[in-house]
Amino acid sequence: MEYVVEMQNIRKAFPGIVANDNITFNLKKGEIHALLGENGAGKSTLMSILFGLIQPDSGVIKIRGKEVKISNPNVANDLGIGMVHQHFKLVHNFTITENIILGLEPKKAKLFVDIKSAAQRIKEVSEKYGLNVDPYAKIEDISVGMQQRVEILKMLYRNAEILIFDEPTAVLTPQEITELMKIMKNLVSEGKSIILITHKLKEIKAVADRCTVIRRGKYIGTVNVASTDEAEMARMMVGREISFKVDKKPQEKGDVILSVENLNVLSNKKVLGLKNFSLSVHRGEILGVAGVEGNGQAELVEAITGLRRVESGKIFLNGTDITNLPIKKRIRSGIAHIPEDRQKRGLVLDYSIEDNMVLEIYDTPPYSKNGILNPAAIRKHAEKIIESFDVRSGKGPEAIARSLSGGNQQKAIIGREIELDPDILIAVQPTRGLDVGSIEYIHKRLVEQRDAGKAVLLVSLELDEIMNLSDRIAIVNNGELIGIVNASETDENEIGLMMAGLRKGERA
Amino acid sequence: MSNLENKPNNQEMEGLTETGKIKKVRIKGNRNLVVSLLAILFGLIAGAIYMLAIGKNPITGYYFILSGGLKNLERIGNTLATATPLIFTGLSAAFAFRTGLFNIGAPGQMLMGGLCSTALALTLNLPQYLFLPVILLGSMLSGALWAIVPGFLKAKFNVHEVVSGIMLNWTAYWIVYYIIPTYFKAEYLETESAMIPANASLKVGWLSSLFQGSFINLGLFVAIVAVVLIAFILDKTVLGYELKSVGYNRHAAEYAGISVNKNIILSMMIAGALSGLAGAAFYVGYASNMQIGVMPSQGFDGIAVSLLGNNTPYGVLGAAIFFGLLHSGKGFMNAMTKIPPEIADTIIATIIYFSATSIFIERMLDALKRRKRGAK
Ligand SMILES: Nc1ncnc2c1ncn2[C@@H]1O[C@H](COP(=O)(O)OP(=O)(O)OP(=O)(O)O)[C@@H](O)[C@H]1O
Ligand SMILES: [Mg+2]
Repeated sequence: MEYVVEMQNIRKAFPGIVANDNITFNLKKGEIHALLGENGAGKSTLMSILFGLIQPDSGVIKIRGKEVKISNPNVANDLGIGMVHQHFKLVHNFTITENIILGLEPKKAKLFVDIKSAAQRIKEVSEKYGLNVDPYAKIEDISVGMQQRVEILKMLYRNAEILIFDEPTAVLTPQEITELMKIMKNLVSEGKSIILITHKLKEIKAVADRCTVIRRGKYIGTVNVASTDEAEMARMMVGREISFKVDKKPQEKGDVILSVENLNVLSNKKVLGLKNFSLSVHRGEILGVAGVEGNGQAELVEAITGLRRVESGKIFLNGTDITNLPIKKRIRSGIAHIPEDRQKRGLVLDYSIEDNMVLEIYDTPPYSKNGILNPAAIRKHAEKIIESFDVRSGKGPEAIARSLSGGNQQKAIIGREIELDPDILIAVQPTRGLDVGSIEYIHKRLVEQRDAGKAVLLVSLELDEIMNLSDRIAIVNNGELIGIVNASETDENEIGLMMAGLRKGERA
Repeated sequence: MSNLENKPNNQEMEGLTETGKIKKVRIKGNRNLVVSLLAILFGLIAGAIYMLAIGKNPITGYYFILSGGLKNLERIGNTLATATPLIFTGLSAAFAFRTGLFNIGAPGQMLMGGLCSTALALTLNLPQYLFLPVILLGSMLSGALWAIVPGFLKAKFNVHEVVSGIMLNWTAYWIVYYIIPTYFKAEYLETESAMIPANASLKVGWLSSLFQGSFINLGLFVAIVAVVLIAFILDKTVLGYELKSVGYNRHAAEYAGISVNKNIILSMMIAGALSGLAGAAFYVGYASNMQIGVMPSQGFDGIAVSLLGNNTPYGVLGAAIFFGLLHSGKGFMNAMTKIPPEIADTIIATIIYFSATSIFIERMLDALKRRKRGAK
């Protein structure tokens, strides 16, 4: 059997935690090999070791049978290893070509950068793998899915043979995910080998040949994907049975908590992102907002939370007009917000977890008094959230947020927002990057909010999640409300059509 | 530098984590101390090489720098007096850095603080116990007001504080250039102010005589109080929490309802007040009058002091005293050995270089640690 990558007995400890504890991982040539594990299991750490970003404490790495020492990403490049990071590393006001050749610019007469021939080559590679990118487009003008293809091209341009994808689908729309799966299949058929980190078992089932599971830094096993099922993989990963279905009591719908009336909001591109939009959310319900990404969801959420100015229209919370209230007052009057981008909005990455857990309440007792912080109270609050939301890190409340794994950062934010005990919780992609066990738990907590007579406004690109959790579903398209349906009386098909902009009754 | 955070194009800057790339996790203070000490060591080694290169003995060179700064009480007093304005400007830079701003405007703020102190000292006549507080307050206020301008421009129009800061440095320079000769001219010279009267000077008799007539003055005690106070504000108060949140991640601060604009302006004002105090400590403390046509280098040195002190108040205190020692010892070294005093500046420059590129030293420490473990 020919292995292109052999990682043997890899160990890496961080202060307070062993992220990789004697892990063994082998990649065959031409396979798609999934790497599965709970949040904080050590997947990203293992791949960062393979890519030379982190040095292991011990262990052996062999590439194509030869033992190597990957001391930095340049060495990885030379060995034909490429990596697409979960958060892309692109220069926004550069073109695609400029981004791709950054660091190895082809020279004309040894002096001038030869953009033209580079663009030509990028075009060829792009066509070969069905990537479909325009070499001259600027990064800031293209979608997230396209940016990811640029990252893929970056690897291919450098002749990478071993491709690492760290949670590539977390930021993609369902359509883009399908595309990506196709691209990955193309890549292996051209002889590349792929390592895929994902929490979505469906995706593993769809493309992967084998799957290696790690749990709390330890190697659990490797299975053939064809001869196993999702439940089995989930069990290996968390060590218990997982229920994919959400238990929900019948709904007890109450008064209106939040209503928006005739809202007009500008998008980043300075055109109307939300058009004459009206919606109300009741106590005791989870209202799902479904739609293709970029159809007004962000504008709606930011208008309600106060992050974006409203051009016209009104927003009422518990009957009072909050349209022009500052953000802090809105939070105090009962709005909590799980933001879409955990690292941009949700966390101060250089603060410890405990400091992050009081981001909205640091200036209220008991967390501070007369302008002086109360570290003991802050610590207690953080410990409570860490405990109930299972936020894993090496150093508990003192861990710097940046050092947490992506999923654990997300869990910390969700915990903080639910602990605010808001009247309405605005949850945008709340389970992005979470493992199935954590998703199960977070869903349970969201339903608990509803059962306690609070409301949840759930914005998600995943139809499954929307259908499973919501009582009612609002469908948006192009900044307009297409319609609202009861979750129990609809199906994916109907919602899909409405997401495409067809109103009820308009269909033939 | 941390102010990158505030540029519009920062998505990927903040995003560089997850996979461990640039996971710049700050690993407790003592590691930072080691880095700073190594930077100093490298600086001193580099200085030794320069001295060797010009055919001088580095051991005698360093001996005379040290004895020049510490030999007797007078020299120790002078070292501390030299360090005093650096403590203030270092604190100013550090405070700004910690809150995501780059206060390159410290020289201008220092000039305005000095100008206000000088003006007060030469116009009012109060008993000393009132006069000194009034002067210190005046210097703080004028420094703070001067720093409002870049703060406001940054908050309202996203004008980078480095650009407006540099412009304001020169504005302050020319204001001093005009006001001092016009209103506060010395008896004979056009280029400096009249002498500061004794009851308005931070140099007080008992302290000077305690240190055998050195330049040491009350500014040092004010500076130490400022160090403690700033450390307290940054680490223990709601104000510090807000300021740092805005500095580290203004998007998250905004999300949490913390006013970004208010905090940017406030942060610049506090940094400006500290630089203003540096002006008082220098012009009515260390010196006995105000010269025109000089941009105070202490304003810029504050940035270096802050870097070496790892942007922490107590680090700044230590770094400022160390730089004070080099500055006050270099003259003596030159007198005794003919080694040019510029060697000391070169040493400082090398230290700055190594502390600004501390990532290099950290890598080295990492590699060393791994090798040690491998050998076991
Ligand atoms: N630089 C670091 N300093 C301290 N601890 C770290 C660092 N990097 C990772 N860790 C810790 O190592 C563990 C593994 O992290 P890693 O990012 O590999 O998890 P992961 O499997 O990728 O999880 P996720 O699915 O949430 O992305 C986590 O507990 C994390 O807190
Ligand atoms: Mg990860």
